[in-house]
Amino acid sequence: MIRLLILLPIVAAVATLLTPSPKGRRRLLVGTAGLHLLLTAGAWLMPLPTFAADAWLGLDHAGRFFLGISSCLFFAVAITVGPYLEQNRTGRQREADTGSIFVNASPAVFCACLLGFLATMTLVAASRHLGVLWVAIEATTLVTAPLIYFHRQPRSLEATWKYLLVCSVGIALALIGNFLLVVASAADDITAGSLVVSDLVARRALMQGPWLKAAFVFLLVGYGTKMGLVPMHTWLPDAHSEAPSPVSALLSGALLNCAFLGILRAHSICVAAGLGDFSGGILIFFGVLSMLIAAAFIVGQTDFKRLLAYSSIEHMGLLALGAGLGGAATYGALLHALNHSLVKAALFLCASSFLAVYRTKLIPRIHGAIRVLPVSGWLWLFGFLAIAGSPPFGTFVGEFIILRTAFVGNHVWAGCLALLALTIAFIGLARAFISMALGPAPANLKPVREEPQQFWPPLALLSLALLLGLWIPARLHGVLAAAATLLKGGVP
Amino acid sequence: MTSGIDSLLILLILLNLILLGASRLHNAVRMVAAQGFVLGALPLLMQSSGAWKAALLLGIGSALLKGIVFPALLFRAMREIQVRREIEPLVGYASSLLIGVGGLVVCMVWGARLPFPWPVPSSLVVPVGLFTAWTGLFLIMARRKAITQVLGFIVLENSIFLLGLLLTDAMPLLVELGVLLDIFVAVFVMGIMVFHINREFDHINVDQLSALREDAS
Amino acid sequence: MRLAGWLHPILALLLSPLLPGVINRVKAFFAGRQGPPLLQPYYDLIKLLQKGAVYSGTTTWVFRAGPVVNLAVLSLVLLILPLGRVPSAVAFPGDLILLAYLLVLGRFFTVLAALDTGSSFEGMGASRELQFAVFAEPALLVGLGALARWTNASSLSGMFADLSPAFWGDSLPLLVLLASAFLVLYLTENCRIPVDDPTTHLELTMIHEVMVLDHGAVDFGFIQWAAAMKLWVLGILLVGLVLPGASGWRGLDALAGVVGLLGVAVLTGVIESIMARLRLLRVPQLLVGASVASALALLLTFR
Repeated sequence: MIRLLILLPIVAAVATLLTPSPKGRRRLLVGTAGLHLLLTAGAWLMPLPTFAADAWLGLDHAGRFFLGISSCLFFAVAITVGPYLEQNRTGRQREADTGSIFVNASPAVFCACLLGFLATMTLVAASRHLGVLWVAIEATTLVTAPLIYFHRQPRSLEATWKYLLVCSVGIALALIGNFLLVVASAADDITAGSLVVSDLVARRALMQGPWLKAAFVFLLVGYGTKMGLVPMHTWLPDAHSEAPSPVSALLSGALLNCAFLGILRAHSICVAAGLGDFSGGILIFFGVLSMLIAAAFIVGQTDFKRLLAYSSIEHMGLLALGAGLGGAATYGALLHALNHSLVKAALFLCASSFLAVYRTKLIPRIHGAIRVLPVSGWLWLFGFLAIAGSPPFGTFVGEFIILRTAFVGNHVWAGCLALLALTIAFIGLARAFISMALGPAPANLKPVREEPQQFWPPLALLSLALLLGLWIPARLHGVLAAAATLLKGGVP
Repeated sequence: MTSGIDSLLILLILLNLILLGASRLHNAVRMVAAQGFVLGALPLLMQSSGAWKAALLLGIGSALLKGIVFPALLFRAMREIQVRREIEPLVGYASSLLIGVGGLVVCMVWGARLPFPWPVPSSLVVPVGLFTAWTGLFLIMARRKAITQVLGFIVLENSIFLLGLLLTDAMPLLVELGVLLDIFVAVFVMGIMVFHINREFDHINVDQLSALREDAS
Repeated sequence: MRLAGWLHPILALLLSPLLPGVINRVKAFFAGRQGPPLLQPYYDLIKLLQKGAVYSGTTTWVFRAGPVVNLAVLSLVLLILPLGRVPSAVAFPGDLILLAYLLVLGRFFTVLAALDTGSSFEGMGASRELQFAVFAEPALLVGLGALARWTNASSLSGMFADLSPAFWGDSLPLLVLLASAFLVLYLTENCRIPVDDPTTHLELTMIHEVMVLDHGAVDFGFIQWAAAMKLWVLGILLVGLVLPGASGWRGLDALAGVVGLLGVAVLTGVIESIMARLRLLRVPQLLVGASVASALALLLTFR
């Protein structure tokens, strides 16, 4: 089952490279995404298969949960990739804001890399061995680099270089963290070291404190770089703003979660070994710091894709805060990870439509989106409510659980600062989103008839987020609760 | 064999320091290649019991990859894009060296504080590993050229290799191979990017890559 | 009985002019020239000491004190510095710091004398001399400190007494590091290639020679003599480090030391023949390199 989930996209990627016609590639991409989603749904509905304790691959509750997010988002994005590639044909093009001339990379390579991305994300979710997890996360970096450099122009090149270098260095540090973890787990017998997560959790009494602490710090810095925690976030706004919008949606919605899973696993090992206060404290610190810094950058941001990117950093900070608080907040963080992915992907897909029509990324140049783009404009407005965490949407539930845990527990200050950051971000987001959506339409733009393939996926994603705010299905609650318990958290 | 291992480790320290003070790109690449060979020799000296076949494989693999393939790739890149020979540091050579010694002191003290739970071939391995990582990070941050940043990344990976040598018995070979493959691909992709950067900007100074920052947008 | 130690300064005063002579012969051999005779430095000295001096009206007593103090200081240094394995006349804990300070005192007076002339050329030379000194002194002090820790001795005589292949043993890298640091120091302090070129008289490139342009006659003789003594002093540090063992018989040990010094002189001649002077900007880098080698040696003794 897992092998099938991983191999399917790889085979499809090879097939894409060999398929000559754009239409065939499109079908292959969407078909693979759909099949992957079906298989994942199967994995959700079936009871968890049992596997050997020292197996390297296997879907546990947490892995299953994050696999669900990735697969779901990938399917939604895959549908929009076809029209996106139609709009961005090969040949010389002009970048709207800087005026530079560029060509696009080959669409076949683009599709193949997307599928490879899916495969590596599946591997991240399915790995129970931290070494394999490391290989998988580094592989996501390598596969996504060509995706970010789809538009062959200096700005995206710069973004790609930053992304590649910063993330590779971060990941290298995470590898050192893995080494230290082996030492921590080995006690005095060199051959006893292990990197299988459940194994490490089980031998909690034997873990060596100083080495485990050092390991956690390295892992947090390493995977935190990939997750976009401040101050290791520098690559994130650049990569998200310069990548093609469907890729941005995947980066923000799925890739950041993958890194978060790595941090959660490391944290759960620390909690099991009785060092939960240490690792949780660090997570809370970085979480709150990320929220505050990101909020500061959201206010006054003039590029709407960068705005969304900083909003992602803020939400990642919230997730780190939730994971650090532990208890019910872990459940909240997982739920919020799901909701954030749905909403952020929807927003990036809307941003794709905006970019196609307005031909600019600058917020001050965009007005009256609900008149020009009747569907995406409204989605943008509702998406704002969702991303800011307003009540009817699922994001509110997750944020509420996390903040409630902070105030009920002994972390009033963290809660206050997080609330402050959320408020600042709300103001900044409101200013940008409302001025873009409302107001008179520019004189040179007529209302556009939008393609269903482009507005249905974001619409569906946002509806899902809305649904999750009103009602959490028992099955989802079961998976969430099991994952939270596995990660040493609790259920509210 | 302790003396041999120690000598090689001290050689690594010296290579790191020379790398920090090197002003010519060619020399820097040669130093990194030399590090690759030293690292290739270490597994043979450090292997404890009977695992010499794996050690031989690891050593030859490392020496080939880091001592020959990577430098050849970098030299080729430098020839094709006709890069200037100077390194163009953001932090001067003498200051880099002094900062390097400071880092070395910190790494020695820090490495001495982490008691290893099992006997290690030399007490220098952990400090030298940390110092090599430090050198790599410093090269990435304090040098302008994209190629130097790739060099820094390779040095960082060298440190990981060195620290990993302590764990050869504990880490399954498959994971190590995966690690090596990932590193190879990373360097390869970076090499390609260097080509692209040169084509787009006519040079490979990354401090020109500064369109994307908050005050500019 | 430290008679041998008391004889060291006298021996050095008598024999040190031989060292520049050897260096010049080696350089001449490499260049395929006839070259000056081996004893040429002695002839020069005798000639200079017989001359009468002319002093500029702008100079003060500082200008005349410079060469005398320099020679005196270097003779004093030899009282605390062992000749190879032969212990020095005076030894006390921490005398390595006195050694460094005596050398600084000599440099201080040379620089003052140069500044006393009021000439801009000499001021420039003095400035460069001090610039390099800033980089060279850490190398010397840290290197001596490393040696002290390594040999577990607190005085110079104690430090050099025990060094032998058996003692080097596993610490061979340490020895190599210290020896290279001391070699660089030796070349720098004596204004040799690759730091300074003693044969050039272009004011813009030279360092040491420019400082003594205004000295003549006996003063200049003293300066030449002091320069030879400095070759001896810094050479003996290097020789003491690498001399394999002591014979137990003072005369033979002293002979070994002198032969070692001559060997270092030959090495210097070879280096001067096959290398070019470094660009002025690169010299600090070389010296920082020497300091780094010393520091690394010191760090290694802490394990």
